[in-house]
Amino acid sequence: MNKKTYNISKLHDKTSTVLLTTALIIIALLYLFPLVWFVLSSFKPGSELFAYPLSVLPRNPTAGNYSDAWNSLDFPRLFGNTLISSVVTTFLTIIASATCGYAFAKYDQKWLSFFFVCIIATTMLPTEVIMNPVFIVIRKLGLYDSLAGIIIPSINTATGIFMFRTFFVSIPDDLVESARMDGASDGRIFFNIMLPIAKPVILTLSIFSFQWRWNDYIWPLIVLNNPKNYTIQVALRSLVGAENINWTILIASSVVSIIPLLLVFIVFQRYITDSNATSGLKG
Amino acid sequence: MQSKLKKNKWPLIFTGTNMILFFLFFFLPAILGFYYSLTDYKGYSTANFIGFENYTELFQDPSFYKAMLRTFRYAITLVPIVYVSSLAIALLLNSNYAKGKVLGKIIIFLPWTISGIIAGVIWKWLFGEHFGFINYIISVAGGEAVPWFTNANAAFAVIIMAAVWGGTAFNMLQFSNALKNIPASLYEAAEMDGANSSQKFWNITLPAIKPTSFMVILLASIGSMKEFALVQSLTDGGPGTDNVFIVQYIYQTGFEKMRVGYASAASMVLFAILLILGLIQMKIGGNKGE
Repeated sequence: MNKKTYNISKLHDKTSTVLLTTALIIIALLYLFPLVWFVLSSFKPGSELFAYPLSVLPRNPTAGNYSDAWNSLDFPRLFGNTLISSVVTTFLTIIASATCGYAFAKYDQKWLSFFFVCIIATTMLPTEVIMNPVFIVIRKLGLYDSLAGIIIPSINTATGIFMFRTFFVSIPDDLVESARMDGASDGRIFFNIMLPIAKPVILTLSIFSFQWRWNDYIWPLIVLNNPKNYTIQVALRSLVGAENINWTILIASSVVSIIPLLLVFIVFQRYITDSNATSGLKG
Repeated sequence: MQSKLKKNKWPLIFTGTNMILFFLFFFLPAILGFYYSLTDYKGYSTANFIGFENYTELFQDPSFYKAMLRTFRYAITLVPIVYVSSLAIALLLNSNYAKGKVLGKIIIFLPWTISGIIAGVIWKWLFGEHFGFINYIISVAGGEAVPWFTNANAAFAVIIMAAVWGGTAFNMLQFSNALKNIPASLYEAAEMDGANSSQKFWNITLPAIKPTSFMVILLASIGSMKEFALVQSLTDGGPGTDNVFIVQYIYQTGFEKMRVGYASAASMVLFAILLILGLIQMKIGGNKGE
């Protein structure tokens, strides 16, 4: 390469850097702005919320909207309900998906392949399509208007089963065989050897399952009736659906509802944005 | 017999929970749903068999067509936008030139933490007709305030923007992983042959991420066919019933009007559409569980 072309390519690199970095900044601002505007609005007193000219920063910042929101919604109970259903569902999803994915990966029975096809079928028929009959099943089982009614039907996820199956397929069968030779039962092999090495999958699926369940709306909406059992999303929807929206309370409540997942995101950010294990994930 | 049971003992224990759940909350409801679609069931009292009457009525119901067409239009508009924007952002975040990629990725991922309900509230606030930031900017710039939520197409546009905002992160992640897996040697060879960036994109990158592209397009299509929470909190199907999507239609007829049989017929139509989409996915994209 002679000197002249080298210089041109250097120049080209610099232009590319400037152009692409600018593009990235603009896109990031576009994605960030709705949220920033929303959060800043939550600190504006009611009189300032609709006063023209609008200003981005609150002129007289106040936390009053938050105390109003706190007084009008029973946050400890709503968070409690949402947290219980999210954590319990996630825990049970992990156990069920890990065992089921392991069975699909390590046993060779005809009926297992058949059941595997059944699980694939669930990805094609989302719960939204069968919500009426599922609701009737839930009522018949006595799960209506209880947290168990949103937890139990959500445990079975094809995505979780696929993730564990893919992982366990990559673990050599020899490991299972030699443990069997040593006289370990299949249950022991699974819980003492297989589950511990599946930690990365457990972590990824836990984060995603928690996010799906914390933000879930359609299930809780259908299953829950008594406001005492409401999850945060259903409670907020009742504020949005009101005849006259009380924006001061709605905005502050919404911001509060985002905080738990935001914390999860900040702590586990690199597992969420980088993991290869997440390909194909969907709620 | 004894040994057969022994051989199946552990796989049965391992898959038992999922089998019961699959039966109770998937197989049984699917059968029930088809059965109800042939009855006048109202959620209480008895279900009378009425044959295909629900389907006949459904195909003559203008509001069903409206919901179905709106949903199709939503999918057809949203999927290409989500595809292009997620791929563009993934390419940007994968390029050697852009600076601040880690921070950029975190910011673009933030909407992922936000539920459909809250995303709806945020965009409703941003686009408020009399108080929203967007109309304020338009009026400051000397324009006419846009009636975002009283005009059906403007409201539709806001739904699309909110959905792109919320849906980028997931799809971008898929593309990011696919881009990382393209061997660098391919690009080096192309460079030797004097290929420019756009030639490299069309001849190397795009063919290499084809499987991911199919997955993104199909998951996004299925996802947009069942959009519910975002629309409900953003416009509640409005103005009027102009932006009622199919899942909301099923919800309203089944749970608000208590016409379970009729709603089940609508569900079966949606099921058929999703099944076709799913079969296309398997045919083209292969089995993603493998």
